[in-house]
Amino acid sequence: MSLVLHDVACRHRHKLVIAGVSATFGPGLSAIAGANGAGKTTLLRAIAGLHPLASGHIEGNENPALLGFLPQRTDIDRRFPLCCRDFAALGTWSRIGAFSAIPVVESDRIAAAFIRMGIADLANRPIARLSSGQFQRLMFARLIVQDTPIMLLDEPFTAVDAETEAVLIDQLLAWRDEGRVVVAVLHDHDMIRTFFPHTLLLGRGPAEFGASASVLAVEHRFPRSAA
Amino acid sequence: MLYNLLIDPFTLGFMRRALAGCLALSLAAPPLGVFLTIRRMSLTADVLQHGILPGVAIGAIFGGLSIWWMGAGGLLAGLLVALLAGAISRATEGREDSGFAGVYLLALAAGVALATRQRGIDLAHLLFGSVLAVDNAALVLMASVASLALIGLALIWRGLVLESLDPLFLRAIGQGRAGVAFHAFFMLLVVLCVVGGFAALGTLMSVGLMMLPAIAARHWSARLSGQVAASVVIALASSTLGLLLSFHANLPAGPAILLVAGGVWLASVAFGPEESVRARIAIRSRD
Repeated sequence: MSLVLHDVACRHRHKLVIAGVSATFGPGLSAIAGANGAGKTTLLRAIAGLHPLASGHIEGNENPALLGFLPQRTDIDRRFPLCCRDFAALGTWSRIGAFSAIPVVESDRIAAAFIRMGIADLANRPIARLSSGQFQRLMFARLIVQDTPIMLLDEPFTAVDAETEAVLIDQLLAWRDEGRVVVAVLHDHDMIRTFFPHTLLLGRGPAEFGASASVLAVEHRFPRSAA
Repeated sequence: MLYNLLIDPFTLGFMRRALAGCLALSLAAPPLGVFLTIRRMSLTADVLQHGILPGVAIGAIFGGLSIWWMGAGGLLAGLLVALLAGAISRATEGREDSGFAGVYLLALAAGVALATRQRGIDLAHLLFGSVLAVDNAALVLMASVASLALIGLALIWRGLVLESLDPLFLRAIGQGRAGVAFHAFFMLLVVLCVVGGFAALGTLMSVGLMMLPAIAARHWSARLSGQVAASVVIALASSTLGLLLSFHANLPAGPAILLVAGGVWLASVAFGPEESVRARIAIRSRD
């Protein structure tokens, strides 16, 4: 299982934001890095099938039921009157659909995900009453419930506390050990160097893909980030 | 004394029919209203209730004062307006209020103009409802609509929750089309309920039984199921007390029921456990 990008280009509001991107995301942890406005989120959404390609093609994302996608937190209305367990249960959709009852094996999976994320005591709490760190753990719990072989994460560590970050990184490493394909949009280069062996770097020049140490080292010598 | 006040009016046949019809709608409409408020579509409901008026009037012109003709006309007009409102929302990317205002003012004017051209229509009854209008046919309409809406909502519940909360998630797992279908079916149920209520409550008040209990319920629970339950209880009580008010004070049924529901809403804003004035003051004094 892997995601292969062939010469991908995408427009955002009619403007070409990424072009000529080729990369292979195999099992394990890969990062997408680059300055603000470089098109990281657009590319991740394109891989998730949520944004049309202007040209090129992507292999491995054909079946949306195999893709877990973590959007940026701002996309969800947190005032929605729903408790955490029901929120995570929506992750079972691809298997049980709109009408069946939730079988025991799925409720066990949900309970296990809450324990894994350290939020077992929050199962009955309304999502409106979570801190941002707790909410991100809940989003991860839903991904665990989805149990997809490919995980696409848009800035998973933004605005979370240090303890939550440790829990989430632990989960990424577990997914890596299970042989899942994990692709994350990230800002923090130190974190990428520590945990993500492969990086796709987007910028004003051609996109670069390769071992994180060398790709990010180049970035260090010729800063691409917009001043 | 109390018996005269509370029970006596319902020994009359027309009051019993009106009560049965309104209680049936009270079970079905407020849950839809809860979803409308969560989805920030309260304005859409407003547009819909004005939108059915010309349809009801045209139905009356073709079929006379038959509830089925007027209901069918209202249903068609409501569905058309629902599609139009959706198109306006998409075209303006959420800045829909001026487009909505245009639609409902136009629909109100057209509806009133059409209705006054048709002899035999009592405009006040059409707009504000009348307990006397709830004959057996109207009662059957209200009860059928309520049953359909309840069953329909139960069927799409999970899909509607997910589509309201996180439409992106549905698209990401390749169920974007299912999401659109849930939304469309939901709007159909809303139109059905608005049409179902017009005989007793009037076209201008029909949405009130859907929206006022729903927005009041927001202050009673932080859970969807809790809000739905609270909205139904509030609607049942408002219908009963409102019909009594209508009887004793000789008011049209629609405004009487909505006055009670509106009173409950104001009390909920002030004293409810969630997001109420009382709750805010409690938080402030704790800090």
